[in-house]
Amino acid sequence: MTMHRTFIALALAASLGAVGAAQAQEHAAPKPPAQKWSFAGPFGNFDQAQLQRGFKIYKEVCSSCHSMSLVSFRNLAEPGGPGFSEAQVEALASEYKIADLDDKGQPIERPGRPADTFPAPFPNAAAAAAANGVAPPDFSTLAKARTYERGFPWFVFDIFSQYQEQGPDYIHAILTGYEEAPKGFTVPAGGHYNKYFPGHVIAMPPPLTDGQVTYDDGSPQTLEQYSHDVAAFMVWASEPHMVQRKRIGFQVMIFLIVLTGLLYFTKKKVWSAVH
Amino acid sequence: MSGHSTYQPQNAFLQWFEKRLPIGGLIHSSFVAYPTPKNLNYWWTFGGILSFMLGVQIITGIVLAMHYTPHVDLAFKSVEGIMRDVNYGWLLRYLHSNGASMFFIAVYIHIFRGMYYGSYKEPREVLWILGVIIYLLMMATGFLGYTLPWGQMSFWGATVITNFFSAIPGVGEAIVTWLWGGYAVGNPTLNRFYSLHYLLPFVIAGVVVLHVWALHVAGQNNPAGIEPKSDKDTVPFTPYATVKDGFFIAVFCIIFAWFVFYTPNFLGHADNYIPANPAVTPQHIVPEWYYLPFYAILRAIPNKLLGVCALFGSILILAFLPWLDTSKVRSARYRPLFRQFFWLFFAVCIGLGYLGAMPAEGIYVTIARVLTFYYFAHFIIVLPLLGIFEKTKPLPNSISESVLSKA
Repeated sequence: MTMHRTFIALALAASLGAVGAAQAQEHAAPKPPAQKWSFAGPFGNFDQAQLQRGFKIYKEVCSSCHSMSLVSFRNLAEPGGPGFSEAQVEALASEYKIADLDDKGQPIERPGRPADTFPAPFPNAAAAAAANGVAPPDFSTLAKARTYERGFPWFVFDIFSQYQEQGPDYIHAILTGYEEAPKGFTVPAGGHYNKYFPGHVIAMPPPLTDGQVTYDDGSPQTLEQYSHDVAAFMVWASEPHMVQRKRIGFQVMIFLIVLTGLLYFTKKKVWSAVH
Repeated sequence: MSGHSTYQPQNAFLQWFEKRLPIGGLIHSSFVAYPTPKNLNYWWTFGGILSFMLGVQIITGIVLAMHYTPHVDLAFKSVEGIMRDVNYGWLLRYLHSNGASMFFIAVYIHIFRGMYYGSYKEPREVLWILGVIIYLLMMATGFLGYTLPWGQMSFWGATVITNFFSAIPGVGEAIVTWLWGGYAVGNPTLNRFYSLHYLLPFVIAGVVVLHVWALHVAGQNNPAGIEPKSDKDTVPFTPYATVKDGFFIAVFCIIFAWFVFYTPNFLGHADNYIPANPAVTPQHIVPEWYYLPFYAILRAIPNKLLGVCALFGSILILAFLPWLDTSKVRSARYRPLFRQFFWLFFAVCIGLGYLGAMPAEGIYVTIARVLTFYYFAHFIIVLPLLGIFEKTKPLPNSISESVLSKA
C-alpha cells in the first residue's frame, strides 16, 4: 500500500516536472517588464506631450506599414487625447490624400479633412502581406489586442491593483526586445529574433533606433523613450475615452458608496423591530 | 402563499380600474404583502440582484442594438464605432459585456445557495427546474452575444461550440450546416446569432415570471430549511425584503462599477480585439470564464460524442437534483456531512474552471478527468447515499426558535 502510494506520488511529481519543462521550452519568452505609465490606476491620465510624441513616431515611422483605420484625424483634437488644436488637425489632415469620387462619379484624390480616418498604407490586406511577408496589424485596437499570460495568482491580484497595462508593456518589450539570436537558434529568412515575441521570430524588422525621430520638446531621442511614447499613443488610439471613463468611474464610486451607506442604515432601522 | 391582499385603493379611478383588472392587487400581494421568512440571510438577495441584472442587460442591449451592424464586414467596426463615436457608447458596451459576467457571478452564487440550503426539495422542485432552464437560456444567450463583436474569439468560439453538434452520429454534419446557414461560420451565422441573442433575453424574462410565480406558490426556503409555521416566522416583503435587496444590489453595483470603469477588459479576452479571421486560428481558443468548468469536462473525455454528452449532462443533471438528494432535511446547517461534501463539490467546480483555462495536455487532462468523475459522483453517488446514511442534527421547531437560539 505504502509502496503503491509512493509510486503514484513519484509518477505525479515526474509528470508535473515534465509538464513544467515542456512549458518552459514552449513559452521561453520572458515576461515583459512592467513599465510606469501615466494612465495607469484609478486616476490615470494621458500625458499630452507623450501622446504628441507617440503620434509623431506613428506618423513618421509606423504608418508606412501599419494602418490605423478606426481613428479619425478629428480624434486628435478631442478631450482626453493628445490635445492638438482644431487648426493643427485641419492642417495635418490636409497633408493626406484621400481617395474619393468627384461630383461626376470619377475617382479622385482630395486632401484629407478632420472627419476622415487615417488612410491605410496598402490598398488591402493581401497587398500589405505581399509587401511585408505578413500583413502588419492595424493600430486602432492593437494595445488592447496584445497581452501576455499573467498566470495564477497574479491575475487575481490584477482585479484589485487594476493592472491592465499588459498591452503597452508588451509593445514596449517587443520594440526594445530585438537582439542577436542565441547560438544554435536559427532565424528563418525574413524573420528577426526578438526576446519577447512568442516563438522569438518576428516578421517586423527592428522599427526604431536611437535618434531616428526628432523631438521638439527636448525629450531624450532614445529607443527606450520612443517605445514608451508610441505605446502610450497606441493605448490612447485603442481607448480614446479612457480618461473620461476613469473620471466618471470615480464619481460613480462615490455615489454608490454613499447610496450603499444610506441603504444600510435604512435597512437597519426597518429591521430593528424584528426579532 | 401570496399574502392576503389587503389592497384597497383610495383613488376613485384606481378603484374603477381594479374592478376591471386587479393588477394593483396582484402587485400588492406579490411584492408588498408577500410574507418572507424573517431569517433570510444576504445570500437570498441574489434573486433580486439577478432581476436587476436582467434589466440592465436588456436596457443596455436594446440601445447597443440601435448602433450595431450584424454583418461580417461591419460588425467589428460598428462595435468600435460604439466605443469611439456613440455618446457614452463605451459605457453602454462595457456595462453590457461586464454585465454578462456579473449576471453569471450572481447566478452561480444563487445556484450554490440553493444547493447549500436544499432549496430544490419538495415542494420547490418545479421552481428549481425553472431555474435550471433559465441558467441554460443564459448560457445560450451569453454565447450568442460573445460572437457579435466578431473578433477572433467570437469567430473561433462560435466555430468550436457549433462543431459540438457534428458529434451526433449520422446527422451531425447536416445539423451543423443548418446551424451555420452555410458550410462555415459566416454572415448567415452572425445574422441568426444576432436575432437569437435579441430574442432569448425575453424568453428568459418569461421564464423568470414563471420562476417567481412558482416561488410565490411554494414560498421561500430559508437558512433553517423549515417551513414558516405562523405569522411570527415571516415579515412582509415590503419594506423588509425590498430594503434588504436594495442595500445588497447597491453593494453588488460597487463591484460591477469597479470592473466597468476601472478594469473593463479584465474578464474578456485580448484576442477579441483582433477582427475575426477565418484563416488564422488563435493559439488557445478559450471560452468566457463562466463556461470554463464545462469546457474542462468536455475536454477531459477523449471521445468527442461522449465529451459533448458529458458537457450537456453536467448541466442537465441539475434538473434531477430534487430526486438525487434523498435527504429529508433541507438545510446544510443540520447536515454536517453534507456540508463537507458541498464545499468539496464547490472546490471541484472551481478546479474545473481553472483547468478549463489551461491547455488540455499532460497532467491537466488527468486532473480534469478525476474532477469530472467527482462532479458526477457528487450527484449520482454521494447525494443519494448521504440521505440514507447521514445522521442529521435536530431541526428547530420554528423559524422564530432558530433565530432566537442564535441570538
